Amino acid sequence: MDLQTAAQINSFLAAFVLLTAFGMLAQKRIYSLIHLFAWQGFFLSINTAIVAYVAGKHHLYISSVLTLSLKVIALPYILHILVVKLKIRKEVETMVNIPTTMLIGIALVIFSYYLTAPVTELSRLITRSTIAVALATVMIGLLMMITRKKAVTQIIGFLAMENGLFFAATSATYGMPLVVELGVALDVLIAAFIFGIFFFHIHTTFDSLDVEQMTRLKEGD
Amino acid sequence: MITLSFYSAAAASLLAAVSGMLAANSGIAEQSILPIGLPDLPFHLRLDALSGFFMTVIGLLSFFVSIYSVGYVKGFIGSRPVTRLIVFYCIFIAGMFMVALADDALFFLVSWEVMAAASYFLVMFEDEKTANRRAAFLYMVVAHVGAIAILLSFGVMAGLSAGFENFSGFTFDAMRQAEFPVRWATAAFLLAFFGFAAKAGAIPLHVWLPDAHPVAPSNISALMSGVMLKTAIYGMLRVTFDLISSFPWWWGAIVLTIGLLSAVMGVLYALMQHDLKRLLAYSSVENIGIILTGIGLAMIFVSFNLPVMAALAMTAALYHTLNHAMFKGLLFMGAGAVLHATHKRDMDEMGGLIHRMPWTAALFLIGCISISALPPFNGFVSEWLTFQAFLLSPSLPNQIMKLFMPMAAALLALTAALVAVAFVKVFGVTFLGHNRSGDISHVHEVDRHMRAGMIMSAVACLALGILPSLFIGWTDILIEQMAGARLSTSASAGGWLWLTPIAPERASYSGFMVFAGILAVYGIVYAILHVNPGKIRRGAIWDCGFEKLTNRMQYNSVSFSMPIRRIFGFLFFIKEDVQITKAPHPVFPVKLHYYLRIRDRFWFWLYMPVSKAAFWVSRKVGRLQQGRIQVYLIYSFLTIIVLLLVKSL
Repeated sequence: MDLQTAAQINSFLAAFVLLTAFGMLAQKRIYSLIHLFAWQGFFLSINTAIVAYVAGKHHLYISSVLTLSLKVIALPYILHILVVKLKIRKEVETMVNIPTTMLIGIALVIFSYYLTAPVTELSRLITRSTIAVALATVMIGLLMMITRKKAVTQIIGFLAMENGLFFAATSATYGMPLVVELGVALDVLIAAFIFGIFFFHIHTTFDSLDVEQMTRLKEGD
Repeated sequence: MITLSFYSAAAASLLAAVSGMLAANSGIAEQSILPIGLPDLPFHLRLDALSGFFMTVIGLLSFFVSIYSVGYVKGFIGSRPVTRLIVFYCIFIAGMFMVALADDALFFLVSWEVMAAASYFLVMFEDEKTANRRAAFLYMVVAHVGAIAILLSFGVMAGLSAGFENFSGFTFDAMRQAEFPVRWATAAFLLAFFGFAAKAGAIPLHVWLPDAHPVAPSNISALMSGVMLKTAIYGMLRVTFDLISSFPWWWGAIVLTIGLLSAVMGVLYALMQHDLKRLLAYSSVENIGIILTGIGLAMIFVSFNLPVMAALAMTAALYHTLNHAMFKGLLFMGAGAVLHATHKRDMDEMGGLIHRMPWTAALFLIGCISISALPPFNGFVSEWLTFQAFLLSPSLPNQIMKLFMPMAAALLALTAALVAVAFVKVFGVTFLGHNRSGDISHVHEVDRHMRAGMIMSAVACLALGILPSLFIGWTDILIEQMAGARLSTSASAGGWLWLTPIAPERASYSGFMVFAGILAVYGIVYAILHVNPGKIRRGAIWDCGFEKLTNRMQYNSVSFSMPIRRIFGFLFFIKEDVQITKAPHPVFPVKLHYYLRIRDRFWFWLYMPVSKAAFWVSRKVGRLQQGRIQVYLIYSFLTIIVLLLVKSL
């Protein structure tokens, strides 16, 4: 596989990552949301493997496998169980309606391209064109956390953001050192567990997973 | 348990005092580095003449107070646990010694905070009363604002001496060797002065002091007032004379002004009090003012390169530092004895205690005479030396200073007179006359430990009063290091008996001769009165023709200070109200209530606006707290976007 093809495949996968990100923004059903998240992890993992092959960085294979096992299998499974156990049947509730969110998302993508333009010019890596997509994924993840009401959708936003960060690391510098990568992976796993425990507590305390309920915790004036 | 711990504290304090005395006398600096502290930032220790002097002050009074505490703390047994008191007492004393010994900014601040925290818990000792908790909190706040200023000051000096990018400038040695540009030195000095003045209780940063000192147990008040305030003086001297070491004259003028303000205002506030310990606390403000006045004068003289005069002023300041520790310690211990015996702090409920507590009364009287600056006790010598320094100020080469100095001296004289009024009031209302609250048969003299502690400080007051030449000889090297000249050559020109600050023909004083004279006069009068016992007879008080004089008709503390209150009323926030309960006949009312409340104006001028502003700002900032996760996320999201935008532009 020559560099040109690799770069094209890379861009192609990046497009899919971004597509899934937008898909998550638009998706109203919680099961589909989890599936989309798993797909995003899958594209990410393949992309990492390709970068590892092209750049000859063997530790990226480990990252790729980690991503595959954690973000495609483990985390969606945990989320799935959570959803079943907490009996979340409702659709995703949003604060801002979906078309507006999509428009903001598009604006964010443009903004990321504008931001990363100087970086792309300096970089000599084959993955340089995808830095903007990675940054956009991070921002869309954050946007998702802001615009969703339910705690489960917020954690998916958080995990999507983490995907974006990982993607950015791979495309900007061919990945972080393995130690960092492992640490981040572990952090994400633990964060997911902690979130899970929190959900149960929030659920039992407020009888709902609506984070709006938490305004009741605010100190009075 | 109590006896053992306080005896060991006493022994340790005495050892520290002796080592301090030797160090101050020899003037040789000994340094060592402790291998503890943070990695790469070990604790540096240094015992030189200046820290030796303050070690002596702290050690001596801690020794006296520890002996006193054996008896005093036993009074708490049965009513509250005392372990806390003992533990924090020892940590507090250790903290003060560590402050004096520290030779780097880190260790200094650590010790400073240890001292502040320990004293906070001591002030909180009787924590079931709201007033005590409030006082302790206020103390903590002021102490920390001060500590931040000190930290910033050290930061400026450390940064300038070794560059802001590394830490090697944090030792005092590095700061000593560095030359500071005037502007930065001024910033460092002002910050340090502010920080230390907050601890010393100089006006207008004194508000915590009259609240915190009265509520602490009396042995703690004695230490806080006697020596903890002195650590702030030590800090000022260390930063100004040792670390910065060359300064313009107007720094001295600032110190002098604050000192005079504290002295005059402090004593006026003291006069208005009727709580015994609160009065003593305000009097500490006044004495800190006198010490600062001496230091300010010394700074002015040093900056105009007049070493002998600087030496005189510095000696006066240091002498007063030691004296104040002794007599204020004695007075607080005496107040503690009164509190211990009567369980009251309000002077208007006391009176006639001299009959029940003759020892305490006599020792308290010695303290009152000393603090009122009357010969032959020690207060006189130091204030007299301060005046001598003032009288030499016409030779200053600065016109403003020449104009200002006589006024300053007059203010100091006014202070001295008002102090005498205040302490005539204290002694008279508390110990003389008849008791105002009825039965005092349960009041008893204090035990031998408390008496021993007070006797030792009284003896120290007397010794420092009649043998000033010894003190001057002892601090000679220290004064030379700080002011650049020795005082002993001129001061003891007339032999050890006479103290002649500049020249014998100018002014001289012999405490010993005065003491001998007073003893002789006392002996003669006693002999005349008692040689023929029949001449003395006791009779009823002449009641001016009225009948039924009661004890409550005596002069009390409020009526005694009334003339002063009328004259200086504009300085206080006074609320006065008389309520008459009407009776059928208007000439004979049933009841008459007199209500008087006097408050510090500084509280309204300086502190209320600050606290109101703080509340206002926090209410505004509190609106950011929405309680909704999404809003918080938007905050971070927008921050990221804005930061990225700013970076990319």
